[in-house]
Amino acid sequence: MRRLVATIWPLAVLMLVICVIVAAAAAMAPSTQRVVTDGLLKLIVVVGAYIFIGNSGVLSFGHIGFMAIGAYTSAWLTIPPMTKKVLLPGLPDFLMQLHWGTVPATIAGGVAAMVVALVAGLPLMRLSGIAASIGTFAMLAIIQATFSNWTSMTGGQGSLFGLPASTDMYVAGAWGLVTLAVAYAYQCSRFGFRLRSSREEEVASRASGVDVPRERLVAFVISAFFVGVAGSLHAHFLGVVTANQYFLALTFITLAMLVIGGINSLSGAVTGVLVVSVLAELLRRVEGGFTVASWEVSALPGLREVGLALAMLLILVWRPRGLTDGREIGWPGALYGKFASKRKSRP
Amino acid sequence: MSIFAQHLIDAISVGGLFAMMALGIGLIFGIMRLINFAHGELVMIGAYAMWLMVALPTPLVIVLSIAVVIVLALGMERVAFRPLRQASPSTLLVASFAVSYFLQNLVQMTLGSRPKPFTFADQLTQSLPIGGFHLPLLQVVSMGLTIAVLVGIVLFLKRTTYGVLMRAAAQDFRMARLCGVRANTVIALSFAASAVLAWVVSLIYAAQTGQISPTMGLRPALIGFVATVVGGLGSLPGAAAGGFVVGVLTVVLQIVLPPELRDFRDAFLFALVLLVLLLRPRGLLAVKAEVERV
Repeated sequence: MRRLVATIWPLAVLMLVICVIVAAAAAMAPSTQRVVTDGLLKLIVVVGAYIFIGNSGVLSFGHIGFMAIGAYTSAWLTIPPMTKKVLLPGLPDFLMQLHWGTVPATIAGGVAAMVVALVAGLPLMRLSGIAASIGTFAMLAIIQATFSNWTSMTGGQGSLFGLPASTDMYVAGAWGLVTLAVAYAYQCSRFGFRLRSSREEEVASRASGVDVPRERLVAFVISAFFVGVAGSLHAHFLGVVTANQYFLALTFITLAMLVIGGINSLSGAVTGVLVVSVLAELLRRVEGGFTVASWEVSALPGLREVGLALAMLLILVWRPRGLTDGREIGWPGALYGKFASKRKSRP
Repeated sequence: MSIFAQHLIDAISVGGLFAMMALGIGLIFGIMRLINFAHGELVMIGAYAMWLMVALPTPLVIVLSIAVVIVLALGMERVAFRPLRQASPSTLLVASFAVSYFLQNLVQMTLGSRPKPFTFADQLTQSLPIGGFHLPLLQVVSMGLTIAVLVGIVLFLKRTTYGVLMRAAAQDFRMARLCGVRANTVIALSFAASAVLAWVVSLIYAAQTGQISPTMGLRPALIGFVATVVGGLGSLPGAAAGGFVVGVLTVVLQIVLPPELRDFRDAFLFALVLLVLLLRPRGLLAVKAEVERV
């Protein structure tokens, strides 16, 4: 019993943190709730990406592409047929007629991302670490080029509107909890353990019979589902889909969250989202210009990005393995030493 | 015939451009195991430096802008990458991503995000009548410059002491250090060499597209990364060959794709690259030293 509690302890703490934040924000102004919702959506993306990146140790720059897939799938499925006729006259007939609800459309967005991840992952997962990262970047570029030029299906550089704005804080929070639970379950499963063994020592893990490309592919596909879901939720949050939204800026901020928090643990992913969201929100307020005792500071567009990049560099130099140093939240007391994951010493 | 010759010249000049890009990235990767995302920003800042100094006499602009790019490259090595030298390759990768994002947004914050017309190399837009067809001067110059730089860098790497040090370090950094190669010198040298390559790319690329913007470095950098992977990570000839192959591929795709698919050229390009990697996951010229030994 103690063992079971100790095992699910980190997950329980993280879920509780999410619940507390949502409950606290419920009493606050709608503008604050929107900030929290945005943070929760990023949480789904980061935890979704963590399923692959954290467990495999292979950085992926391509996950935001899955977000785009989720968002466009949702747009195709949920924009009313009358609006679709005007926005996307080139859409095939069967898509033109569809008018799904947002929940099935969200799941469909995730599934579409999974399919793409499966196809793209077959060659990508065979590459070694760094080459695989570059490969995922190429995948992001492919997805971006496709969506921003495929005018008949996506409206090209323009934006698609008319999506029901159904994502609020509670929807995002609920999906966030599901993502956390699945990410944790995966990491405790034998698939997760096999993949983590390849992260720590690829050669030894292969020698012990782990099929590294296959394990990576499994994680890649699962993680694509949640990032796709996040994309769809994001589309229903803004009500608008634009191809340029799902490119470098979002890739950078989500990756920064993961790295700042600590890439190797779920607690790290969540910590990173919290810390960076707060920092980004503060910088956003400074960026807009403010007045301190009759001393006026003018607006500095771009300050947020510059500040985040600096913060990320500082964290990397100061704590290369992130704020949590790759550990999960420990079970307090005697069991701590037994269940805390061991630090890997680097030569 | 003349169309074929034109395509051939296109292919060679684009191939050469990306070969320089990939070589600049490969030089640093070989030694530090760092894929420098900020390499594209060296290109971007080189172009901005020329744009800012356009009123000065041409030779001065060239010397000063090269100096700016070299100083920037050495600066990023000193500030961001040296403290992380012992870190894992993926940490370095993230760090360079942060440097790239920082520089991009810094330029955006100070000079604005709108594209600016690039007029430094205006004289190059004339065309040169050679053998019955008109050859744009820009292409002649860029091809000449590319060949000169590539030959220069090969001679430097093969014939000079520093070049030998760099190749030794690229092959096996630890072994080279044990033989007395100074790590800081050789790394600084490779950053400087990669900066010079980036500057040449920035001149040609900006002159070709006629405008500069804070995100202009992205596409050449992305193609450069992919090219180093295609060529075989860690191999200098591989990087150059990979860059050349990818460059030629873009021109071929531009020719063979039907007009309605031309917008998707880059998507096809990267998809082809992924196919190549499916067949040869280690790249065209795989390097033995990259395979982990137990």
